[in-house]
Formats: sequence, C-alpha cells, structure tokens
Amino acid sequence: MAPSLSDIMTPDAAELARAAGGGASAPLEMGSPGHDLFVGLARLGDNTLILGHRVSEWCGHAPVLEEDIALANMALDLIGQTQLWLGLAGEVEGRGRSADDLAFLRDAWHFYNILLVERPNRDFGHTLMRQFLFDAWHQPMLKALEGSSDARIAEVAMKAGKEVAYHIERSADLVIRLGDGTEESHARMQDALDRLWPYAGEMFIGDEIDARLAEAGTIPAPESLRGAWDETVNAVLAEATLTRPDSGFAHKGGRQGRHTEHMGHILSSMQWLQRAYPGATW
Amino acid sequence: MYAQMVKSEATNDDPEMLAAFQARIDAGEKIEPKDWMPEGYRKTLIRQIGQHAHSEIVGQLPEGNWITRAPTLERKAILLAKVQDEAGHGLYLYCAAETLGISRDEMTEMLLSGRMKYSSIFNYPTLNWADIGAVGWLVDGAAIMNQVPLQRTSFGPYSRAMIRICKEESFHQRQGYDIMMKMAQGTPEQKQMAQDALNRYWYPSLMMFGPSDKDSVHSAQSMAWKIKINTNDELRQKFVDQTVQQAKYLGLTIPDLALKWNEEKGGHDFSEPDWSEFYEVLKGNGPCNTDRIEARQKAWEDGAWFREGLMAHAKKAEARRASAKVAAE
Ligand SMILES: [Fe+2]
Ligand SMILES: [Fe+2]
Ligand SMILES: [Fe+2]
Repeated sequence: MAPSLSDIMTPDAAELARAAGGGASAPLEMGSPGHDLFVGLARLGDNTLILGHRVSEWCGHAPVLEEDIALANMALDLIGQTQLWLGLAGEVEGRGRSADDLAFLRDAWHFYNILLVERPNRDFGHTLMRQFLFDAWHQPMLKALEGSSDARIAEVAMKAGKEVAYHIERSADLVIRLGDGTEESHARMQDALDRLWPYAGEMFIGDEIDARLAEAGTIPAPESLRGAWDETVNAVLAEATLTRPDSGFAHKGGRQGRHTEHMGHILSSMQWLQRAYPGATW
Repeated sequence: MYAQMVKSEATNDDPEMLAAFQARIDAGEKIEPKDWMPEGYRKTLIRQIGQHAHSEIVGQLPEGNWITRAPTLERKAILLAKVQDEAGHGLYLYCAAETLGISRDEMTEMLLSGRMKYSSIFNYPTLNWADIGAVGWLVDGAAIMNQVPLQRTSFGPYSRAMIRICKEESFHQRQGYDIMMKMAQGTPEQKQMAQDALNRYWYPSLMMFGPSDKDSVHSAQSMAWKIKINTNDELRQKFVDQTVQQAKYLGLTIPDLALKWNEEKGGHDFSEPDWSEFYEVLKGNGPCNTDRIEARQKAWEDGAWFREGLMAHAKKAEARRASAKVAAE
C-alpha cells in the first residue's frame, strides 16, 4: 500500500534511517574505545581496499608490460594489507564479522576510506599521481604505526611498511620521470596533480575518534603526518619540475562515511556476487 | 595451444650446414642465439614464441575481467597473482624471442595489426565466476600439457623460459580446480555456474591443441627441429583422459555424449570440436576477437605519451650526466 502523504512528511529521521537499514547495525557503542579502534582500523583497511580495487582495474590495460606487472603486484599488496586490517577490525569489533564480511557486506556509508582513493583512474598519469600522493602519506603512517601501543597493529604495520617502501620508491620515481619528460607528459602530470590536490588534504584532518586513538597511542593523529608528507611531496615535485598548487582547500567526508558518487559504483561491482548469492561460500 | 598452427618456414640453406645443425639437435644439444641456425628455424621460432607471448598478454583480459568482482579478498588476491604471473610469462617469452633478432615493439605492432596471432581460446568470454575456475583448470591445464615437453625444446632461451613458466602454471591449474570444487559443491546456483562454464569451455579447450594431425601440415619440420615435441592429437588425448577423471570428481558432466572409455586403445573416445568454429575464430570471428584486440590497441595508443615521456627523461638524464662529466674534467 502506498504511504499517505503525511507518512512521507514525518520528520523522524532516526526512524527513517532504521527502516532503511542504516544506523540500526551500528556495531559498537559510539565513543567506546572498541568503537574508536574499529573505525581507526577500518579507515586503514578501507583505504587499501578501495585503492587496490582502482589499481586492479588496470590489469591488462597498462601502457607497457612492466607496468601491468607492477600494478598487479601493487594491487596484490594492497589487498593483502586489507585482509590484515579488516581482519583485525572484525576481531576488535567482536561480533564475528570477518574481513570478507566487512569488505563485501557493508554499504557505502559504513566505509571510512578517504575520497582520494575512490577517484577514477582516468589516464595513467592520474593513476600514478593518486598513488604517489597516497604513498607519501602511507609510508610515514605505517612507520608511526610500527610504534603503536597495540602490538597487533605494530605487527601489521611492520609487514605492510616493507611493501609500501617499494610503492613510494616506484611512484615517486615515475612522477619525476614523467614530470620531467616530454611536454605532453609534463602537462598530463601537472593536470593530474591539480585535479587531485583538493583530495589530498583529507588525509591530515582529524576528528574526535582520531584524537582519542592518538591519545591512547594506538594510531597517530592525522595532523602529525603532514610534515613528512610535505617534505616528500615538495622534494619530488621539485625534481619533477611540477608546480605545487597553492590551494589549501580539501574535500572531506570519506573518513566519516560520506563518499563521492563513485563509491556506489565501486561497491556494486566489488560486492555483486556476495550480494546476489547470499550465504554461498566461494 | 598457446601457439597453434605455427607455419614452419621452408629453408634453403647449405645442405652440409643443415645436416650438421640437425645432428646437433638429434644429439640433444641446445641451440643458443649466437649459434648458426637455418633461416627457417629462426623464423618459425619467432612466430611460435611470439604467438605464445601474445597469448599470455591477451590472456590477461578474460581473467582481468573478474578481478574487480572476485567474491572474496583471498580469491581476488589469488587472481591478481595469477594475472601478474601471466604478464611475467609474456615478458620472459618476448625476451626469448628478442634473442632471435626481433624487438618486442615490432612483435607488439604485428599483434595489433593482426599479422601475428594469439591462442584462439582467449577469444571466448568469461561470463560467470566459475569461468575463472574453468580457465585455470582447463586452459592452464591444456597449456601445461604442451609446455612441460617444451622444456626440452632445442632452442636454449625458449627451453629456459618454459622451465620458469611451468613452475608457475601448476599453481594456476590448482587454483582453478579449487574454484571449481567450491562451485560444484556449493549452492544449486553455483553448481549451475560450474556446469555452464564447463559446457562453454570444453570444446574451445580441445581446440587449443590445434587441428587433427592429419590436417596439420607444419608439424613434421617443427618436430624434427624439436620446437614441437608431441603431435596435436597425442596431447589432446592425454588432456581428455586426465580431465575426465577430474570432472567426475567434481560431479560435473563433460558435454560430450560420445565420450567413453576405449579399453583397446587405453584412452577415451571423444567428439572432435567443431573445426569450422575454430577457423572462424582464427579469422577474427570469435565472440571476443574484436574486444580483445581493441583493448590491446587502446592500451598501446593511450600509453604512447607515457612511453615517450620515460624515453625523453632518460635522454635528458643521460645528457645531464655527460655534461657533468665534461664540467668535471
Ligand atoms: Fe602463462
Ligand atoms: Fe596462461
Ligand atoms: Fe597460467
């Protein structure tokens, strides 16, 4: 039966959200240490999952064979890290959700990755620039996490750090070579930088959850990574003869579950089988 | 196979040199790139290794089609690792072919313009997740059948590439079979996907070995040169005999009513694939020929600025090093 107009007009947002299936599955009490840690870990694992997904879209379509190999390898690292971070998130949550449950059965508003990693691949220059801007953050983040007060986090960070040391070496090197290559490659890299720049700032903007995690010594405050990132980015852009945009504007929201339109499309392919055949094992 | 119907080139070299060359091959010696070789041997090998390399590269596409939709993180990781391996195989093989005096770019150019082929199998689509299982189980399985003996091929670089490749191929086949197992033992829908995948991939897999020996005109010379080790029919028979057992274990039905054990020959009787379909696929009329080649052309054309950028940078860096050296002197 169609609802009457007055039902539709009911301004009870909480009731509507429950009816739509959101909110009702809030895993742990908001603000509890378990919930903070769950979100902190999901932020890490969702970044690697969504970036890994984007990178894997290149498989078989890269400009040279060596890049096909390198990108598949990088996507593989990122998916492997996702398994560890989301596995730990599920463990912390304590409701029996596995890394797969978290990856394949959450909707977009329960994903906490930054917007940068969901940006579309566009040309290879964009893909590389996105990777570089991310790697330049990812490396100091993992370095700091090696000193986490939570031994499980330190252990994952140690393993991931070895892989990411190679990622940043590679992405920085390619940004330099293409920035300082032909006129066209320079223009494409500058364009990629200009377009992606407004999505970089989100990496360094903390909220209360971040503050409490930093306070507990489990995950460093986003703001604390800015210096290391600036140093890497400035050095590489200078060598690449690229101009650092002077805008400080930052799109944000991903880390709180508010995403771009692209996110739904990523999930609709990524989660399709699990959603279409619930309960099957693969 | 990954190299099907490779035309062997006639050779009009000095008969004495030819005889000495054949004697080396018969004695089981490896031919190395700097050694004298008949022009026909060189050309046939370029065609065969090049076709094999192209197959690895184009072969990334049907499997890559499912990476973003893989149903679990582990399956996604395994599939990524496999597709990465295939690209690596392409790289080893291009390197082996390059020792014969052709560049990778030239071979790529020939692939993109249709002058060089890749295996017919990669012109078939991957339509459901079980196809990823079927490709590993059947397609990599058929490839292994052919590549294991090729480890003993007469051309050194090709033989060494095959040895490296074969190590990885058995992992490919096992992961494919593992997917099939999960699907065949899963929900009714999953079982249906598995059977559907087998139905569609069975005959195209048999085609991988190339036409029947009686219609295979180029085999004799290639076999004498040990760049082909077994005949097409020998390998196909071996593949069928092995696969029948594996399908039975999965509880799946091979789509061939004529399939039955023949005690006398010690192997199965089975139906030939539809060879007219095979020739149509080779002509470009398979379900995915256009998509596959277009995807490779697009990758190559879109990537031109990237390759040029890297080259320009290398030149600049070289010039800077040279002038720094002059300044220092
Ligand atoms: Fe391969
Ligand atoms: Fe293969
Ligand atoms: Fe393979």
